[in-house]
Amino acid sequence: MKADRVDGALSSEAVQALPEPLIEVKNAARWFDVSSPWLERILARKPRSVLRAVDGVSFSIRKGETLALVGESGCGKSTIARMLVGLYPLTHGSITFDGQPLSNMQGRKGLALRKRLQMIFQDPYASLNPRWRVGRIIAEPMLAHTQLSAAERDERVGALLTQVGLHPSDQSRYPHQFSGGQRQRISIARALAVNPEFLVCDEPTSALDVSVQAQVLNIMKDLQRRLGLTYLFISHNLAVVHHVADRVGVMYLGRIVEIADRDALFETPQHPYTRLLLAAIPDLTGQGKSRTPVAGEVPNPLNPPSGCTFHPRCPHAREQCKAEAPVMQNFKGIQVACHGVVQGWEMG
Amino acid sequence: MTTMTNTQGLSNGAGGVAALNSVERGAANNSTNVLEVKNLSVEFTTRHGTLKALNEVSFSIAAGEVVGVVGESGAGKSLTGAAIIGLLEPPGRISGGEIMLAGRRIDQLPDDQMRKIRGREIGAIFQDPLTSLNPLYTVGHQLTETIVTHLPLTWSQGRNRAIELLEATGIPAARERIDHYPHQFSGGMRQRVVIALALAAEPKLIVADEPTTALDVSIQAQIIELLKKLCREQGAAVMLITHDMGVIAETADRVVVMYAGRIAEVGKVRDVIHAPRHPYTVGLMGSIPSIHQHVERLVQIDGTMPRLNAIPQGCAFNPRCSKVMDRCKLERPELQTRGVSQVACWLHTEVGHNES
Repeated sequence: MKADRVDGALSSEAVQALPEPLIEVKNAARWFDVSSPWLERILARKPRSVLRAVDGVSFSIRKGETLALVGESGCGKSTIARMLVGLYPLTHGSITFDGQPLSNMQGRKGLALRKRLQMIFQDPYASLNPRWRVGRIIAEPMLAHTQLSAAERDERVGALLTQVGLHPSDQSRYPHQFSGGQRQRISIARALAVNPEFLVCDEPTSALDVSVQAQVLNIMKDLQRRLGLTYLFISHNLAVVHHVADRVGVMYLGRIVEIADRDALFETPQHPYTRLLLAAIPDLTGQGKSRTPVAGEVPNPLNPPSGCTFHPRCPHAREQCKAEAPVMQNFKGIQVACHGVVQGWEMG
Repeated sequence: MTTMTNTQGLSNGAGGVAALNSVERGAANNSTNVLEVKNLSVEFTTRHGTLKALNEVSFSIAAGEVVGVVGESGAGKSLTGAAIIGLLEPPGRISGGEIMLAGRRIDQLPDDQMRKIRGREIGAIFQDPLTSLNPLYTVGHQLTETIVTHLPLTWSQGRNRAIELLEATGIPAARERIDHYPHQFSGGMRQRVVIALALAAEPKLIVADEPTTALDVSIQAQIIELLKKLCREQGAAVMLITHDMGVIAETADRVVVMYAGRIAEVGKVRDVIHAPRHPYTVGLMGSIPSIHQHVERLVQIDGTMPRLNAIPQGCAFNPRCSKVMDRCKLERPELQTRGVSQVACWLHTEVGHNES
């Protein structure tokens, strides 16, 4: 039961691994000031309130790998996605992409770096400009990042559309003429327009029907194999995560509570929250089985519980959990933040 | 039932009595169907012609039974629910068929009578708990109002009943929380309130339209468990509309699979999940990622659900079907009983078997 402490973020495991990490996130945090307006605060003597959407998260993603982040609403998954593509600056901590800090991403200097990472958003109805033709939507990143001529851009748009299973002639149509799944393919084609190495996918299939979800997931896997892409895949659906991910991080209230290889996480989940999440999935084979649902709800992130933030819902919580926040530690080849797991409590 | 003879057993006798009293509430026997939908069709009249959104849908739900209705967006599952509750939005209208609730036909009732049935005999639970509660009234007010409207109770008796209901749905400190407004509850707690509201008058039938879709997975498990428990206790029939096969597998007794406004397959949950017949159901099952097995590629059904103004001739699924035959493009298959389940597919008719 010996567990060595992870300093800062870099685990010994990441150093041993053969492919070098493309993305390294060290102790990154993003806080939002959600205080009332100044005058109201003075009059009502209210303190400033700060929402710690992401609070000290560390992980790395190796080249060609898919890391998935799962968690319930409000746990900070989407905030991490936005931090990784530079849409939110960090409150503290650091993110490096291929050795370069992401803080270099701003301005003209950062253009070359920005080109290498792209994002696919959740809602394919909101992320495509309804007044632009598909061809213009997909060509836009090329205008910003490349010197291609109009004819070359057209040709590339056609090739991209074919790649995602649409027809080159679709580029003269408008987004409303496509179904949800087809729109999400257009989003993928747009993200691929400048040959990125790293794609951040924020719930890319949650707005889609299950048969269409299968189409999109298959395309994403094919493209990864063909183009050697690295994915950060964010989802609340554990079954989808199991299908796409190589490694999985489980988030709870702005922190990662467990990161492990997919098979390890699904077969021998360690953290009590991971176990409860897995037990809560309605499953096709689980007919008539009586589940023990996770009790309680996610607490208010403005006023998180002391110590381990999961302790009010945890069936194994002890005094230590209320007082002391657990640190991410290496434990039997995975990383987990739980007093009980690393100290070997009886957790049935 | 009137031609019943002595050779029929006691249980049938009881059923006969129930059928005679079926107009009166509370007398229904377990063996009768609470809900019977026969050849229900719904049409939308538009400037560009009439769109047939539901086409001769028939199914039934017995007391105490949970029937799941699945299908992708646009299959007509919510519309079926809305037609049963009597809340079709114009220009949508029932153009054919009938809906029987405990032996009484309800699809042609005038609005004022339907309003009495809604809440009293049919409870409804919708997807978004925030929009099904009035933000301007306390939760207690809304619950009590529903209770005194449908049951012969005074306001203070109704309020006590509301507190009991909130306790039964697992809301902690119900006595204090009853005076809170909907925005003071979290999503999961709000859905508990909506369930309490639907069950307030102990209806015979509950129509739950995507009751857990807006909730997180851990909360979803709690809500499903709660819905199952309460319906079992009250013996209510439940029509559970969802796109999540996992929820159906854990909750429902039977499942109705819909495609493009028609029923593709009906059967016991275990049969439909483990031995689906209709190629659409087969594809639907294969496209669901599972945490128990790893496949490199998911089964995918190419293409999308047809638009209502362009439903293909013959079987509506034929352009996407991997086993399409000539006959599928010309003739529409009807729902037929085949073994343990019912399926509408030429592959599973007598003739189809002979041909193949």
